[in-house]
Amino acid sequence: MRPIDHLSHLESEAMHIIREVAAECSRPVMLYSAGKDSKVMLHLARKAFHPATPPFPLLHIDTTWKFRAMYEQRGRDAQEAGMELLVWRNPDAVREGINPFDHGARHTTMWKTEGLKQALDHYRFDAAFGGARRDEEPTRAKERILSVRTPAHAWDPRQQRPELWNLYNTSTSGGTSLRVFPLSNWTEIDIWDYVRRERLDLVPLYFAAPRPVVEREKQWLMVDDARFPLRPGEQPQLRSVRFRTLGCYPLTGAIDSTAATLDEVIAELRAAPSSERSGRTVDRDTASGTLEDRKREGYF
Amino acid sequence: MRKDADFHAPTPAGESAAAPVRTPDGGDRPVLSLLRFITCGSVDDGKSTLIGRLLHDTGQIREDQVDALRRDSRRFGTQGERLDLALLTDGLAAEREQGITIDVAYRFFSTARRRFIVADCPGHEQYTRNMVTGASTAAAAVLLVDARHGVATQTRRHAYLCHLLGIRQVILAVNKMDLVAFDRAAHEAVDAQFRAFADALGIAHITSVPISALAGDNVLTPSPRLGWHDGPTLVGALEAAEPDDARGLAGPFRMPVQAVHRAPAGERSFAGLVASGTARRGERVTVLPSGASTTVAQILSGFASVDETAAGQSVALVLADPVDCSRGSVICAAGTAPEHAAAFEATLVWMDEEPLLPGRAYTMKLATQTVSVRVQEPRHEVNINTLEHLAARTLRRNSIGVAEILCDQPVLFEPYATSRALGGFILVHPANGRTVGAGMITAPLRRTQNVQWQPLAVTRQTRASLKRQRPRVLWFTGLSGAGKSTIANAVEERLVAAGHHTFLLDGDNIRQGLNRDLGFGDADRVENIRRIGEVARLMTDAGLIVLAAFISPFRAERDMVRSLLPPGEFVEIFVDTPLAVAEARDVKGLYRKARAGEIANFTGISSPYEPPLAPELTVDTTSLSPEEAADLVIERLKPF
Repeated sequence: MRPIDHLSHLESEAMHIIREVAAECSRPVMLYSAGKDSKVMLHLARKAFHPATPPFPLLHIDTTWKFRAMYEQRGRDAQEAGMELLVWRNPDAVREGINPFDHGARHTTMWKTEGLKQALDHYRFDAAFGGARRDEEPTRAKERILSVRTPAHAWDPRQQRPELWNLYNTSTSGGTSLRVFPLSNWTEIDIWDYVRRERLDLVPLYFAAPRPVVEREKQWLMVDDARFPLRPGEQPQLRSVRFRTLGCYPLTGAIDSTAATLDEVIAELRAAPSSERSGRTVDRDTASGTLEDRKREGYF
Repeated sequence: MRKDADFHAPTPAGESAAAPVRTPDGGDRPVLSLLRFITCGSVDDGKSTLIGRLLHDTGQIREDQVDALRRDSRRFGTQGERLDLALLTDGLAAEREQGITIDVAYRFFSTARRRFIVADCPGHEQYTRNMVTGASTAAAAVLLVDARHGVATQTRRHAYLCHLLGIRQVILAVNKMDLVAFDRAAHEAVDAQFRAFADALGIAHITSVPISALAGDNVLTPSPRLGWHDGPTLVGALEAAEPDDARGLAGPFRMPVQAVHRAPAGERSFAGLVASGTARRGERVTVLPSGASTTVAQILSGFASVDETAAGQSVALVLADPVDCSRGSVICAAGTAPEHAAAFEATLVWMDEEPLLPGRAYTMKLATQTVSVRVQEPRHEVNINTLEHLAARTLRRNSIGVAEILCDQPVLFEPYATSRALGGFILVHPANGRTVGAGMITAPLRRTQNVQWQPLAVTRQTRASLKRQRPRVLWFTGLSGAGKSTIANAVEERLVAAGHHTFLLDGDNIRQGLNRDLGFGDADRVENIRRIGEVARLMTDAGLIVLAAFISPFRAERDMVRSLLPPGEFVEIFVDTPLAVAEARDVKGLYRKARAGEIANFTGISSPYEPPLAPELTVDTTSLSPEEAADLVIERLKPF
C-alpha cells in the first residue's frame, strides 16, 4: 500500500482526537456554528462513530445576528446527524438588546465570550470541540489540540500542557475544562478540498449570488433582514458576492465574486490576494494581538 | 458518498510515493503526501527567518498579511526597512516584546507534491521540553547551523534530542551562506564537523544543504550563487524524505483499541488508529491481552466498508467472534505480539516544575492504556551537551534520564525504536492533571516478574479467622499536632479491651528505626509512606488490625497504600484540625520552630498538606475530645 494522502491523514488524525476525548471525558460537547469548519468537524465526528451516533450533543452559541441561511442550515445538519442540538443565547444580552450596530465590541463579548462561558457552566461540559485551525491567526499557531481553560474559562499560554505523539492528556480537575480542536492542522484550502471530496452541502452564502449589500469601511455588508439600520443616503444594491467566513451578518464582509460552484470557489481561493480572516472586523478592533487578549478572557 | 477505498488505490507501476497523482474523480487537484518535520537551531541561526521564507516563497502569505508584516517590521523588526520574515512566526505578544520564541508553533505550507506541517521549536536552553514535543511527531528534522560559526553546543543537543525522539532523517541546513561569500569550503567544513558527531550518535540519514534563508538562496529554487552544490534544495530534500505513515507500513499490524462502538443493530466494532502494518478483511488477528484469536469480518472507514487498512488510518474493525476486547486492548496480526509486562526501562524527559518523585504514583498514558505507575530512582541522568551519564536521585525540569518504571498492572508495549505509538508514553500528575514527563521505552524488565510471590500454605483468611477479626489498616492522617496519635492510641486501647489483636505504627517511632535513613524532603516523604504501607500490608496478612498515625500529606501516597491492600481494608480517617488550632496547641513546640525557620519542609507551614477528598471517616477535633473521637471511630467502623 502507498502511504495515505494528506486529506486522509488529517481526517484520521481528527477522528482519533474526537474518539479519545469522547472515551475519556465525562461530558463532551461539540460547538456548532453552521459554518464550513463546523460542517467538516461534524462530518468527521459522524464518521468517527459510524454506525453509532456521536455520543455528545451539538451546541450553538447564538447571537441572534447570524445570517438567516445559517439558521436554516443548522436545523438541517442536526436532523441529518440525529444529534441533539442545544442553542444558548446569553439572557443578559437578550434583555439588554445587545447588537453589533449600537454596542461595538460588547456585542462579541456578551453574546459569544460570555454566552459560551454561561452555556458550558450551565450544562457542566468538561470538554468542548471547536473548529478553530492553527493557520487562521498567529496566536492560534501555538494553541494545543487540547487546550486547558481555568474554572473562569481563561486561557493562559504559559500553563498549556506539552502535547507529545498522539497522546492527549484529558485530565481536568478543580473546575478546569478543555477546548478541543480536531482541525488544528487543517488549512483553509484543506477544508475546501475535503468539502469537495466528501460532497458536503454548505450554506449557500459561501457561493456567489446576487445579494443586497451596502459598502461600509471598504467592505460589502449584506442587508440580511430589516434590522439593518441604513444610514442616510445608503441604498442596498444587488451585487454578485460571496463570503469566505461566516459570523454575525453585520460584522462579516462579503467579497466580489462570481464563483458559484465548489470548483470555482477553490480556484478563486488559490488566486486570492488576502487571508481568510481579513473579512472579520472582529479581529481588527485594535492593534495586533487582540485575538490573544480575547482568548485570555475565554473567547473560543 | 464515495467509498474511501477509492483513495487508497494501488500505486501505479514505477511511481514514487512523493510524485503527484491525479484524484480518481478526475479533479485537477493532485493527491499530496504529508510530511511532518521540525526546525531547530541555535538562537541566532535564523530559524524564524527560514520558516518565514518557506511560507512566503510557497505562497502562503496573503497581501493583507504582508501589509501587517510591513507594519510590524517597522515596530518590532530587526531588518531595518526590509520585511522581517521572522515576525510571521513569532505569534504571542510576550514573545514579540522579548524578541524570542517561547513555545512550539505549528505552520503549514505545500508544494505541488507535498503538504508540510512544521513544528517551529525554540532554540533556548530552558526549552528542551518544547523541542521534545515538536520532535515527537516529526519524521524529519531541519537542523540550522550558521555557516560562520559551525556546529555549536546547541546543535549537538538538538541532534541528540532528534535522535532520542526517533527522527531518522536530518537535513543539515548550513545557513547564512551570503555572509561567507557562498564559499564551498565553508559549507564542507560544517558538513564534516556535523557528520563526525552524528555518526557517533547513530544518525544514518543526513542531507546537507547550503542556503541563505534571508536572501532565499537554495530554499525553494536552486541558486546560481551556489552552483557548486550538487544536492537538492532545502524543499527538494523535504520532498524526498519518508513520511512516518510510510515507515509504519513495514511493521506487523497493530491497532490500539480506543473504544467499542455498538451499532443500532447491536453489532460491536472496535475503533482505533492503526499504529503499524496493514490488515485485510478475512485475515486472522490476535486480540491482546486476552490472547483470543479471530478473523477481521469487516473494516469500516467512516461510512464505507473497505477491504484493507494500513498504518495512519482511523478505522473500526468488526471481528468474527465475540472476543474479550475493550479500550486498551491491541488488535495484532496473528502470531505476533508486543511485549506484555508490568516493568520496563525507559528514557524519561522531565517537563514539570516539580521534580520527579521516585516512588510516587503517576498516571501513565501509553497508546490507549492508562495505568498507575511508579518511577524508580534514575539509573543516571544524561548531560545533553556532553552525553555523559551523571548520577541522579531525581530529574528536574528539562532533564533527561534513564529509569525503571513499575506499573500497577501489565501493559502492552514495544521498544520505542520499533514503534513510536506503542513505545512512547506520557506521565500525568494524578492530583493536578499536569503532563509532568514523557518517556520512551528502551527494554522490558523481567527481573521483578522472576521474583515469584511465595505462596503461603497458611492463608491470610486462616490467620484472620483464627483471630476472629477483620484485618484492616486504620490510617489516621492530618496536620502535625492534630491529635492523630492520641486518638489512635485511644482506639487501640478499646480494641484490645474487646479482645482484638492490633498493632500501632506511629510516625515518630518508625522514623527512629525502619526509616532512620530518610529525611523530610518530598522524595523521602514518599519513600517513608511506601515502606510503612508495605509493613502495614504484611501485618494485615498476619491478621492484625493496624493503626497507622502519620501526617502523610500527599493524596498520591495515601492512595498508593490503599492500592496495596485488598478493597475495603484501607480505612482513611481524616483527623480534621485547622492549622490555626494545631498551631495554637503546638504540643511539641514544632510550629514555633517552623515559624522561626528552624525546621525546613514543615507540613502546613513550608510544605503542603492535601486533605483527603473522600475519606471513610472525618473526625472534627474542634468539637470532639480525643476520647469522644475514639468512640466515634469504634462506633462507625464496627464490626471489627
